Parts: sequence; C-alpha cells; structure tokens
Amino acid sequence: MSAVLDVKDLQVSFHTRNGVVRAVDRVSLKVGAGQTVGIVGESGSGKSVTCYSLLGLIPQPPGRIEGGTAMFGGLDLLKLSEKELQKVRGSRISMIFQDPMTSLNPYLKIGSQLVEPLRLHEGLDKAAAWKRGIAALKEVGIPEPTTRMEQYPHEFSGGMRQRVMIAMALITRPELLIADEPTTALDVTIQQQVLDLIKDLQKRLGIAVVFITHDLAVVHEVCDVVNVMYAGRLVESAAAADLFAHPRHAYTRALMRSIPALQKKGEPLYTIPGLPPDLSYLPSGCAFRARQTPGRQALCLIDRQPPLQEIAPGHWVQACPGCVEGGLPL
Amino acid sequence: MSTAVIPATLAPAIRPGRSLWQDAWARLRKNHLAVACGFVLIAVVLICFVGPRLSPWNPEVTNLALKASPPGTMETLADGSMAKHWFGTDTLGRDLLTRIMRGGQVSLMVGLVATSVALLIGVAYGATAGYLGGRTDAVMMRFVDVLYALPFMIFVILLTTMFGKSMLLMYMAIGAVEWLTMSRIVRAQVQGLARQEFVEAARSLGLSTAVILFRHIIPNVLGPVIVYATLTVPAVMLLEAALSFLGLGVQPPDSSWGTLIDDGATNMETSPWLLIYPAAFFSITLFCLNFAGDGLRDALDVRGGKD
Amino acid sequence: MSDFLVIDNASVSFPGRGRAPANLAVDGVSLTLAKGEILGLVGESGCGKSTLSRAIMQLQPLTSGRIILEGQDLSLLDGRQLRAARLNFQMVFQDPYASLNPRLTIFSTLAEAIQARTGKLSGPACWTAVEKLLERVGLDPTAALKYPHEFSGGQRQRIAIARALGPEPRLLIADEPVSALDVSIQSQIINLLLKLSRELQLTMLFVSHDLSVVRYLADRTAVMHRGKIVELGETEALMAAPQHEYSKALLAAAPALRMRH
Repeated sequence: MSAVLDVKDLQVSFHTRNGVVRAVDRVSLKVGAGQTVGIVGESGSGKSVTCYSLLGLIPQPPGRIEGGTAMFGGLDLLKLSEKELQKVRGSRISMIFQDPMTSLNPYLKIGSQLVEPLRLHEGLDKAAAWKRGIAALKEVGIPEPTTRMEQYPHEFSGGMRQRVMIAMALITRPELLIADEPTTALDVTIQQQVLDLIKDLQKRLGIAVVFITHDLAVVHEVCDVVNVMYAGRLVESAAAADLFAHPRHAYTRALMRSIPALQKKGEPLYTIPGLPPDLSYLPSGCAFRARQTPGRQALCLIDRQPPLQEIAPGHWVQACPGCVEGGLPL
Repeated sequence: MSTAVIPATLAPAIRPGRSLWQDAWARLRKNHLAVACGFVLIAVVLICFVGPRLSPWNPEVTNLALKASPPGTMETLADGSMAKHWFGTDTLGRDLLTRIMRGGQVSLMVGLVATSVALLIGVAYGATAGYLGGRTDAVMMRFVDVLYALPFMIFVILLTTMFGKSMLLMYMAIGAVEWLTMSRIVRAQVQGLARQEFVEAARSLGLSTAVILFRHIIPNVLGPVIVYATLTVPAVMLLEAALSFLGLGVQPPDSSWGTLIDDGATNMETSPWLLIYPAAFFSITLFCLNFAGDGLRDALDVRGGKD
Repeated sequence: MSDFLVIDNASVSFPGRGRAPANLAVDGVSLTLAKGEILGLVGESGCGKSTLSRAIMQLQPLTSGRIILEGQDLSLLDGRQLRAARLNFQMVFQDPYASLNPRLTIFSTLAEAIQARTGKLSGPACWTAVEKLLERVGLDPTAALKYPHEFSGGQRQRIAIARALGPEPRLLIADEPVSALDVSIQSQIINLLLKLSRELQLTMLFVSHDLSVVRYLADRTAVMHRGKIVELGETEALMAAPQHEYSKALLAAAPALRMRH
C-alpha cells in the first residue's frame, strides 16, 4: 500500500520567553491510501501541533519546524512556501475543526462559504459551483439542500453545521482529510451520526483520514491505525485491533483503564496520578516515569529517551523497560 | 501547636492583604521604559509647577522691544543683571519658557481633573449599567444617548453663563462630556464579564453587588480603561484649547499649551520656536503618558509577566 | 424530613426574540433529593439542564414553581435573606478557565469564599482555613500564592471545587465539571468529588452529558429532554433497562459504553 502522507522525524518547537517548548519531538507516521489513522493524546501532547505544522498553520514565530520531512504526493510539505501550501490546503488536504459554531462565518450564506474552495481552487463559475454545493450537501445527508444553501449558519444546529464543514472539506475531493476532534463539541447522539458519516464517506470516496482526538472510544470506532502521543512524542503505534487487544506501553494501558465506562461502580476510579510534564523542562529519560503506575517505575529509563522499537510486526512502542508490558524482546 | 505549618520560604510572602495593586507595583517597577516615562512625567509636572517661581521673568509682562526674539536672547532685568530667554520670546516679548510652564499648569490640570472625572463617572456608571442589565441598563444608556446628542459647546456655554467663568467649572464640564464614551466602553466590557462563571460564583457566595463590581468586575476591565484614559488626556487638552479660542477657557494673558501651540502655528513661518517648544512639551508629555499607561496596563494584567 | 431539596413544578422561560414564541427552557420539572444523595442529571446541550441548575442556584429566576431547600422556599426570600441562604448551596462550573477571577490570587479567591460564611478572619486564621481547603482538594499550600493562569485545567477545577466548599455548603451543584478536562484528569476530579461528598455528607446534583461518568457517580439518574424530566430512576437500573425512547437513544449513542462488548 502506497502512503499518501509519510511524515518522518518531525520536530516542532515553540520559542517562548520561558524557554523552548518541544511540542513535537521526532514523530513519524504514515497514512496509507484509504486508511484512517488516529492520533490520540491529552491536551498538550502535541497531537494537534503535528498536523497543524504539516499545513503551515502554526504561527511562526514563536513556532519553528526544526526538522523532518512530510512527503505528500512527491512534495515535502515542510519545504513548501506559503503560496504553494495554499494550493495544497483546502484542495488536496482538507481539515475539519472541533467547533462547528465558530468555524463558519455568521454573516455569509452557507452556500457561498461551501463553494468557496471550488471557486478558489478549481476556478468554477458561480452556477456550476452552486450545483456542486447542492450535491455536496446532499452527500452529507442534509435534507432540502437547495433551500439550505441559501440559509445562514445560525439556522443550522451544531450537528448540521459539522455536516456542512465536512461537505466543505470534501467538496474538492481531497486526497487527505485531517479531522481535529470533529465530534468533541457535539452531543452524544449527534457524535455517533457524524462519526458514521465520516466513516461512510471515507469508504465511498477512498480518502485517507487523520483523526485527532483525546477520546479512545472514538478512535476504537473509526481508526485502522492508532498513534498514541505523550509529551510531544509517539509512545505507541499499532493497528487499532492490535492496540486495543494488546496495549503494550504503560501510558496506553493507563489511558484505557481510566475510561469511567469500563470501571465498576463503588470502587475508586483508576487515575493516572499527577500531571503531564512541562514541555520546556522535559525529563532526560522516560517522560511518563513520574506518573506511571501500571508498569514498573523503577525500571524506567532515566538517562536517555527511549527510542521507538518494533516489538511485533507493525506494532511500535517506546522501548522503555519499565513501561512496556511483558518486557522488551532483546 | 499550630495546624498550619507555613514553610519558612513562604512566610514573608503570605500577607493576606497582598492585593492586585501591590503585585502590579512590583511588576511595574521591572518595566524600565514605563518607569523612565513616569519620571519624565514627574519632571514635567515639577517644571510646570515649580519653574515659574524660579524664573526671573513674569509671563504676563510684555516687552515690545523684544517681540518674537529667538531663543538665547539676553535681556536686562530691573535690577540691572542680565538674563537669558532660553526659548526666546513671543510676539509680545514675553518669555516663552515661563509661559510654557504656566500654560502647562492649566493643561496638566485639565488633563488630570477632566480625565479623573471622566474615569470615575464613566467606570462607575458603565459598570453598573452593564452588570445590572435589563431595564436599568436600557434607561441608563438612553440617558447617555441623550447627553451625546446635546451639542457640547452649547452645554459649556450654558454652564458658564449659569455659574460664571471658572477654570474648575471648565474642567468639570469637559470631564462631564468625556465620561460618556468611557461609560460605553466599560459597559460593553462588563456585559461580557457579567456572564462569566467567576462572577456567577461570586454571586453564589452571596457577595453584595458593590463587592462584585469593585472586586471582581472592575479590575478586569482596567486594561481597556487605562488605554482609553491615556487617549482621553490629549483629547481634553485640545478641547480646552478649542474652548479658550472661543473665549470660554483660559483668557489672555493666561495661557495653556493648547493656546500656545495655536499661537505658534499662526507665527510658524517667521518664528518657528513659538510652535516647536510648546509642541515639544505637549508631545513628550503625551508620549510618556502613553508608555506609562501601557506599562500600568501590563502590570495590572497578572498574566503579563509570564508569557 | 427526608427531602433535602425539593424542586416543585419548576419552569423557566426566556422571552422569544421579536415575534418568536417564548422559549420554555425548563418545563415543569419536579425532583427531590434526599440528604447525602448524588443525583445525576443527564441530557444533551440545550435540554435545559444548565438552566435548571442555575435556577436552583438562584442565578436565574423561575417563571413558576418552587425550590425548597431544607424546608425553606428560596423564591420567597428577600435579597438579604437570600444572600445568607446562598452559602448553603454552591456550584462547580464547567469551564475551569472562566470560573476563576484571573486577577485574584488563589488565596484571595478562597479567603473570600471562607469569609463569606465566617465573616472577617484574622490573617493567620484565614491562612489556616485556606490551607485546609487546598489540602482537602489535593493541592499544595504553595498554590495559594499563585494566580489561576499558572495552573492547568485539572488543577483549576480543584481550586473551583475548593472555592465551592469554602462556605461549607450542604448542597453542591456540579455543572459538567469534568467535560472540559482530559481523560486522565477527569477521573482524578470524579474521585475527588466522590470522596468529598462522602466526607462532608454533601448532597450533590451532578449535571453531565456523559453517561459513563454519571453511571459511575450517581445514586439516581434523571434524564432530561426538551426541558422535561423524561425518566428518573436508580442509576444502575435505568442504565440497564431504560424505559423512555430518548433514554434508549442516549444510551445507544454513547461510544464509550459500547467498547465493553
């Protein structure tokens, strides 16, 4: 399977007054055609920065891409100029954001916002673009698309707006869709519909999807491959079924255990103690050492950062002897 | 036996009264530009209020022999000694430096009194309207609209004819007009804040409206208020000049920076120093006021020092 | 009397804009809470659960109905009495970034909450009380000297809980207290709330859209839909066999629950 996106050793840092924040540290990930790849992590883990830096969407300065490559259809996204990136953004790579309430302009009709990428990237005339817009709304399951095109965002509910955002992202038939917590701001019953819609469209159109989320349950539902990030680094990466059946890294296991739904009532909830480390003063060894309870803390590396190691075919894990369940193969 | 074991390193810092203002003062002192500007402002005030006493010249005595003489001209005093007109003299032969100092007294007072009046009324009024909301807010803001619609000049002429000419009255009149915009700015800010959860939490604690306003709301609108106040100072100084021009403000032989600049502008081609020196005082004061104001705003923002 | 909090046929309506009809956000809700009970209130955004909690907190006037806390009808109190009564019920808000005054140190925030009940305290007494509160919510006493922006979301939520506990309330309303937090922090806060409610014998109304959290925490659960309570029951029973159509839909949609199979 050829990779649509191949990120190698991406390093992003933010240079602030309080020092250098290493937001993303040597992250590599591959997205195959038609694949859904999840990036899971808590806020501050670097999952969003990873994707935003690919599209040139982090403010520079203070942000700085320190190294790595991101190959996308023969182009290295990290080396493109802003102008070249603009051509890629919104036409070959699209994004959906978390909050459908703020990502639409309240003063413009849904229709004119929806067809904007078409007019911009494909140079369609107004009538043709409008027709494609109606088709796009129909595709994401919005009833009466012709009248809906003429309405303003406030006339849409949250779930409907997210559908519009998805329609807008897919209207140019991109090769890659980056979805940043697309269901977090939605109600549970709507969440499910939106997830189903993304899954369905992805299958029909064969798009590759990068799914950023903090919600393991969502990942479990939609992703083929899961990357778990902690403190700016990948700690584990595997096929979803494999990861959920045999989570190897202590952080992944701790995350799974802390889902309230999986716990018995009456017992205290399992918690990961403490807080994620400050990214401007990262410990020299395993970043999870201070909080880790599922593994053997005493064995954690303290002198150097554990490298990623493939411990089973396609299953990569940060090779910290204290964190990896069942020890490391030698 | 004490239940509270206060770590020794903390003890000096634990002063329950350590307020926003004390913290702000500590932060302000670290802002060298703002501190320097503060010193310049103090210097300007001292020059204007102490300077005329030390000056050998009486700013009201004319000397037609020395009309519009350039900076550095010497003149013999009544006691026979010679003294220098550092900034030259004006079109009636009066010492310009002394006139700038005397004019500064008027201008600085206008700036201070009128801006303070605008601040006090504007912040209290705007915050009350914005926090209470509903019908109270509607009535209070319609009143502001009505005052806005009233022509300012007629308002001042009315006041002066009713109470006679007095500088204090003029300061108050200017302040009474400038607070309108201030109250609108504050109201808009407070409306946003009043819905914040920390204000609801304060209400849940059963705090009185006054405590909520002064402790939780007003400190959070100080940023824009300070910025607007520093913009108000030049506005009121210029307003004073306009009123004086109409014969409603300071009267000759008194002067203010506004009237001096006005005079200077008419004689710009023949005697440029008449414009340059008063304008320089005016600009330096405003410049320092802006930096000091920005410094104060940053110092009051508890997040300012961090990132 | 076993009924600690009685919500009796409470309605809140907001006037419609222009010619739009009035919006009935809370529509004749009746609930009772026994002392020491944790009641979960579940529903989607816009169902009226936040309006109801604000109405109980007397932050939002009722259009009709009554709210009776320990036999005292709160809507009959005048301003001064209400301000005194407020100390008995406190709220933990959803957004830990908006619920703390950014310009007050943690000490000032907590001291204010404590002194709302006790009146002015001397410096050392006040410090002792603040320190005790911080300890209770699992924070270091050094936190008192800092400002809210120096803390992470989870730590702020602990501070917000400490403030709510400051006036020693008997009823705590928690409005989505964990939904803005990361998973690993969520469980810390849930454990804390549970521990506090036992230690202090708090009665708690726990409002959430997250069924898995409510299932874990609440003794009884009420499902709210379009301003009405559509189902009320023992949490375990309700989750195992929901009766109302809407409860069924809500349960079916929760992705976290399906992971168990």
